[in-house]
Order: sequence, then structure tokens, then C-alpha cells
Amino acid sequence: MAGKSEPIAGEHVAIHPKAGQIQLALVAVALVLAVLAPQFLYPIFLMKLLAFGLFASAFNLLLGYTGLLSFGHAAFFGGAAYFTAHAVKVWGWSPEAGLLLGVLGAAALGLVMGAIAIRRQGIYFAMITLALSQMFFFFCLQARFTHGEDGIQSVPRGHLFGLIDLNDSMNMYYFVLAVFAFGLIVIWRFVNSPFGMILKSIRENEQRAVSLGYSVARYKLAAFVMSAALAGLAGGLKALIFQFATLTDVAWQMSGEVILMTLLGGIGTLAGPIFGAGLVVTLQNYLATSDFPVTIITGVVFMVCVLLFRRGLVGEFFASKLGRRLGFRAQS
Amino acid sequence: MIFGIPLQALMGQLLVGLINGSFYALLSLGLAVIFGLLRVINFAHGAQYMLGAFTALLLLTVGGINYWLALILAPLIVGLFAALVERSMLSRLYKLDPLYGLLFTFGLALAIEGTFRYFYGASGKPYAAPPQLSGAVNLGFMFLPIYRGWVVIASLAVCIAVWLLIEKTKLGAYLRAATENPVLVQAFGVNVPLLLTLTYALGAGLAGFAGVLAAPIYQVSPLMGSNLIIIVFAVVVVGGMGSILGAIVTGYLLGVVEGLTKVFYPEASNIVIFVIMAIVLILRPAGLFGKEA
Repeated sequence: MAGKSEPIAGEHVAIHPKAGQIQLALVAVALVLAVLAPQFLYPIFLMKLLAFGLFASAFNLLLGYTGLLSFGHAAFFGGAAYFTAHAVKVWGWSPEAGLLLGVLGAAALGLVMGAIAIRRQGIYFAMITLALSQMFFFFCLQARFTHGEDGIQSVPRGHLFGLIDLNDSMNMYYFVLAVFAFGLIVIWRFVNSPFGMILKSIRENEQRAVSLGYSVARYKLAAFVMSAALAGLAGGLKALIFQFATLTDVAWQMSGEVILMTLLGGIGTLAGPIFGAGLVVTLQNYLATSDFPVTIITGVVFMVCVLLFRRGLVGEFFASKLGRRLGFRAQS
Repeated sequence: MIFGIPLQALMGQLLVGLINGSFYALLSLGLAVIFGLLRVINFAHGAQYMLGAFTALLLLTVGGINYWLALILAPLIVGLFAALVERSMLSRLYKLDPLYGLLFTFGLALAIEGTFRYFYGASGKPYAAPPQLSGAVNLGFMFLPIYRGWVVIASLAVCIAVWLLIEKTKLGAYLRAATENPVLVQAFGVNVPLLLTLTYALGAGLAGFAGVLAAPIYQVSPLMGSNLIIIVFAVVVVGGMGSILGAIVTGYLLGVVEGLTKVFYPEASNIVIFVIMAIVLILRPAGLFGKEA
């Protein structure tokens, strides 16, 4: 969808000579903040934020860098949550093995769904992914291991590598932070690899990529599986953090939520989805105590974002004079 | 007895399938009409269907207006609302990637459904069928509730009327021409922006009409449209959005297939349409009636 994004207006801005160092410093500051954060905020809230930040980043890998709008990412997130929860609780696996199973399960789901969905483009792609994830939702509703409406409850967090007790919320927080950082590094590496460049070229002009001899379908499928696997990593983490996996995680509303996070933060930016996830999670926390339904606000924010600032918060900053002077640029 | 299934059960589910198919046909027809001209996938279609049912309910409880008048008024009200949305907001998105239209209408659907849930709660409210259509007739092999027969007939009539409107009238000719080449049609002096607004209102009005038809069968609830719309998306993918007639035929067909699945393999009845969608995509990606874009 980035193919037709508006060109950035305004005169050319020279990049600050130390832009690279400033960017690195910003990342370092963010890392220090993340390490210190549990001293000031609830660890469970922060962990939720990290899990959804990773989920949105995984989604953005597909939308922002490949130009494919998936309306079915809840299937990977929620599916992995079920797989991890089941492995850890029923089979007694260690948390890292459970997470791995979640990732592999989500990747397998992504392979099947992706292979079907990439047969159509654009708007059809979105509808097909939505329909397939709804099919998975009905499967989860009826399958025995998911326990239907109850979901999988009281999932043990266990001991990481058999040593570190994850029931301690600080240990758990740093584990989640490490997984989150790992996921982001994978995404960053992926996007900036030759493979990622080909994905961007497919996004910009699919026909030309075909004419240059790239097997577009295979690249799209690979990106889809990659995005599904990382969404699964986030879903597995979520199951360990909250110690349950339910139908909410596989419902279509969850697919909508992750789109909103990405759109709000900035499609095609690395930091955008994380900011977007932070905003949405904070909003949900804030509204959890009132009886005002979140969906109204979600819906209105969606409409406002699409109508007025399609670049998202981080995207707008990147497009501003200061952002460009610091050498930031949105991929879209 | 057919394949060990009592005839009555078979006919009963066939009827349920035909009724579901009627709603699939009406809704996918509206989606196809809107998509044809606006290039927007109207995610708010389910919400507009719900709006139709709620409008009928409110007309009855607040204004004392009966079913027959509501059948005409509710689609008009929903269409008017849709026209306002199109003029004020949706029309700003036509120049962009069509995905933005999908995202906008998705947000619109969430906002509408959330608002109704806030004011009317999530539980369903009954809406009585009109006295002229209550009761049932004995067809010999089964009892047919009159209202259900009416739903099939009314939706079929409306589908045919819309098809005739688009294929046989001057307005329809403008519409088809504008689908092919809006710039050229505008150059001939046709008010294309107005045509776009009317088309969106027509599509939404069809959804509203389906909502009124559905009100006495299903209960009126704020979320009645949100699960339906995903199935209708699958129907639209199976049919391909290229043809109006294709949308109608696919709607009825898949409704009946779903009904029959309930008889022979009930566990799969929720997902059979999605499975068919996957198979069609593998064998014929453009859809049964679609042209490859």
C-alpha cells in the first residue's frame, strides 16, 4: 500500500553530519530506558507492551516492507499462544521449547495460509487472509486442546533453561525484553538484507520485479512465513506472560488491533509499530476500568489515521524537517 | 430417507441454507456494486446490515411504524447515512491505494458497532414478524414458515431488480460506463462524484434492507453483522467481483452448500465456505465468475 504514498513535500534537507551517531545514541537511550522501566512501571504492563510491540513489528514486516496487508495475523499470534501454552502446561516442556514450538507452529500456519492468499493481490489478499484466519478461529473454537470458550488457563512459566525462575516477575521481564530485542534485530537484519531489498522492489512495482526475473510469489511467501513466525514468537510470549491463551487472541478483532498499532505508529518504520503498540496498550489499560467501550475509540482512531495522518506518528516525525535532518526516513 | 437422512431434516436445512444464501446474495451484491465503481471494499457492510435491523426495531418501538413501512424506510435511512459518510470522508480516499478504503470502513464498522453496544447492550432483541407473514403452511413433505418463504422471495426479487437496474436502465449504463472509465464519462457531462455517492448509498441501502429482512429471523443485536461480513467476503472471493450476476448466484449457492453441510457433516458447517474459498483460489484464482485483473 506504500506504492502510492504521497511524496514528502518541502525542500531538500541536508543530513546532519553526525546523524548516524545520533541515531545510535537514541537506540542506546531506548535500551537503557527499557532496562530501567520496571523500577517505575508495572512489569506485567511493560511485558504486554513488549509482546504487542513485537507483534506489530512482525506485522509491519509484511505490510511496511512487502506491501501486503494481512487481515489474519491473529491466527499466528493466537495460534502460537495456544501451541506454547499447551506444550508448557500439558506436555511439561520448558518455556524456551514451548516458545519454539509456538514459532514453528505459526510458521507452518503461515506457510499454508500464505500459499493460498498470495494467489490474489491487494484488496483480495486482505479479504482472503481474513477469511482463512476466521476459519482457524472456528477450528480453535471446536478443537479439544484449546478448551473452547475457557481457553488454556494457568499456564506455568517454568524455569528458563532449567535455571532461571520465570515466576519472578523481574526475571520474566528481562527474558521478555531479550526475546523482544532478538525479534527486532532479526527484523532489522531481514529488512536491510538483499532479500529485504527485493521485497521492497516487489512492493514498489511487482511487474518490474517479475520482469527482472525474480520469482515474486516465492519472495512474498517467504516474507509471509517470516512475519507469521515472528508474530508467533510474540503470541507465545503473551501466553507465558499472562499465563493463559484464549479465543480473544485468534479473533479477527486482534488482527484489526495490530493493523491499528502499525498504522498509528507509522507503516514502514522500525520504531513506529512499537510506539503504536504502546499507545494502544496504554489506552486499553486506561479504559479497562471505565465501561466506555474501547471499540468506539479504536474505530474513530482508525478513521482519523486513514483520513488525516497516514504516515503515523513516527512516520510524521521522520518526514518532518528535524527527522530528515537526523537521517531518518520511512521506507514507504 | 435420502442417504439415511430423513427428508424433513434435509428439506429443513435446505431452507435454512436458502435463507442464509439470500443474505449472502444481498450483501455480496451490495459489496460488488460498491467495489465495481468505487474500488472500495466496504468493511462497514455488516455494520450497515445491523443498522438496517436496528432502524426497523427503533421505528417500531419509538415511532410505532410497522414492518412494511420499515422495509422501505430503513434502507433509505441507512442509505442516507452512508451517503453522508461517503461525501464527507470516504470520497477523500479514492485517489489513494484501495487498501485505505478498506481500513477506513473497518474503523467505521468498529465505531458504529461499539456505539450501538454501548447504548443497547450486546444481547439480542426480538422483532416480531408481521401478522400477515406469521404461521406456516404444510407443503406435504415439510412445514414452511411463511416468513422464511417471504425472505427468499423478497431477496430474490430485489436482487433481480438491482441487476435489471444496472444492466437495463440508463442510470445503470452510466454506472457501468463510469466503472470502465470515470474520466471519460465525466467529460461527457455525467456527474460522476454524484454517481459514486448514489452507488455507495445503494450498496449500503441493500445491506440495510437485508438487515430488516433478517430482524424477525435472527435477533437484533449490535454484533449481528460483524461475523456475517467475513463469510460474505469469502463469498465475494469465490464469486469474483467482476460480475453482478455472479455475486448473486454464488451467494445462494454457498448458502445452500452450507445448509447441506449441516445435514451431512455438522462439524464443518462453520468453515465449509472458507474451505470452498481456498479450493477455488487454488484451482481458479480469479473466482468462479471473475475476470483476472
